[in-house]
Amino acid sequence: MACNEKIAASAPLFGSNDDNSETACEWSFSRRDFMAGSGALLGTAALAGSVAPALAQPDAVTATAKMHSIQIDLNGKAKRLEVDPRTTLLDLLREHLGLTGTKKGCDHGQCGACTVLLDGRRINSCLTLAVACDGQRVTTIEGIAHEGQLHPMQQAFLDNDGFQCGYCTPGQIISAVALLDEAAHGAASFATPDLRNVQHPELTDLEIRERMSGNICRCGAYPGIVAAVRQALGSTSNRSAVRGLGDDHAAL
Amino acid sequence: MQPFDYQRADDPQAAVDAIAKAPHARFLAGGTNLVDLMKQSVEKPSQLIDIDRIGLTKIEELPDGGLRLGALARNSDTADHPLVRQRYPMLAQAIYSGASPQLRNRATNGGNLLQRTRCYYFYEPAFAQCNKRKPGSGCGAIEGYNRIHAILGASPDCIATHPSDMCVALAALGAQVRARSERGERTIPFSEFHRLPGSHPEIDTNLRLDELILSIDLPTSPYAEHSVYVKVRDRASYAFALVSAAAALELDHGAIRSARMALGGVAHKPWRSEKAEALLVGKTPGREAWLAAANELLAGAKGYEHNAFKIAMARQTIVRAFTLALGKVEQT
Repeated sequence: MACNEKIAASAPLFGSNDDNSETACEWSFSRRDFMAGSGALLGTAALAGSVAPALAQPDAVTATAKMHSIQIDLNGKAKRLEVDPRTTLLDLLREHLGLTGTKKGCDHGQCGACTVLLDGRRINSCLTLAVACDGQRVTTIEGIAHEGQLHPMQQAFLDNDGFQCGYCTPGQIISAVALLDEAAHGAASFATPDLRNVQHPELTDLEIRERMSGNICRCGAYPGIVAAVRQALGSTSNRSAVRGLGDDHAAL
Repeated sequence: MQPFDYQRADDPQAAVDAIAKAPHARFLAGGTNLVDLMKQSVEKPSQLIDIDRIGLTKIEELPDGGLRLGALARNSDTADHPLVRQRYPMLAQAIYSGASPQLRNRATNGGNLLQRTRCYYFYEPAFAQCNKRKPGSGCGAIEGYNRIHAILGASPDCIATHPSDMCVALAALGAQVRARSERGERTIPFSEFHRLPGSHPEIDTNLRLDELILSIDLPTSPYAEHSVYVKVRDRASYAFALVSAAAALELDHGAIRSARMALGGVAHKPWRSEKAEALLVGKTPGREAWLAAANELLAGAKGYEHNAFKIAMARQTIVRAFTLALGKVEQT
């Protein structure tokens, strides 16, 4: 979210050079406020706690869809919702709950922009039905800063220019937070040379690149992304910040 | 996405009972392929039975020394399990090579077996022709853009490939699939699990629609030390295989005691030939032996307009895989 703030600040929607508009300079809302506000206007059903199928599903037949009650823990807050079973977790977040930090890129599990943590583990929210998340914990980009302090991974992306346009960035950051948690639990990857004898593979740049491969960056900010993950990996504060997000990492 | 009824099963028997009552229902596990296909209107189930919380997530040793992989264990947990990494590193590699960390965190072992082809003509209903999606409509790929398609075991009705990496290693290892229905439990050898397209490409596997996969059972393996999964694709990661190879060797005083190999990305199922493997027995490891085995495995291979390169690529991938399995070269 820090990244978007930066972008909003540098690219205001309404320029202040308009001589005829005395209000232009006074309009202080950001692009994100505008976009999120527009979504709320279109999705007022969300205010009533009732969630209809997303706008992205034009063939939805709401009259015949049986709604299901679910409860999720969303960024530490309990949410009780009525959902159409067709609604994906991504559409629930963006279209119904107004959390537009999580992005819709390809909507087919091929880009990673929609990455969120489900019970502490990174997943593609575009391929996950919201109804299937009943009783689970969802962590989005809006939920990783702590008491006004950016998560160390957010700070690392800022420090290392880990983005250009910023659209893939929330997914990249959530994915990177999970990467460190997985590594702390001993996860390996296709880049790990000797699976039989390595219990905690070292996170080389090659490992980081392979483990971040589920997040495509159209701007090609990959060198900065690898550097950001490396910085966060070395940050002691990150370890405490990551802990807690991955409490439910499956123990076999 | 078309409307569907959704229900959750609490245990395996409840799932089996539910699908017996609803023959047009589909099981939903990780959903990474099924939900995508429903968005595409390729799959239009009237009912989903969510089996994601019925258990079957354990990975446990079998009394005979083999390993049982729960059908609903996540791909990521399976690859990261110490016993899988130590005893079946080729399987762990194959799983790690597939999809992305996010997808592997969600995708289950049973679902991996049941994922459907990535043939463009199957995946996009705007194409009129696809015998797999719409039986009798023809095959758009045979005369179309068929770069990712099959070179082995295809039929005049379908030249789709199975997209799984995990299944290629499971085929080479000789896994078995345990399934349950109202009629009871049965075990399906991996070589008989997936089908060739023949005149019914709409049927991918020999698993019946009302059967629930319980586990994938691995026999003991003498191949842990000399085995590898090699994947050739259009980009370094997060892409389906053009060609992949699982190769495993058991050595005895410098000679080959036994060998296993299977190819991915080349057929409607993982491609394995016991006849080709037998050619390696007793031989001295080396390029000559690898090429002879590769040529036998690729016997009858047929290229189409855009994928003929796969025949040579598959041969070289086998040579590469066995060379790596022997253990003198680093995989890059």
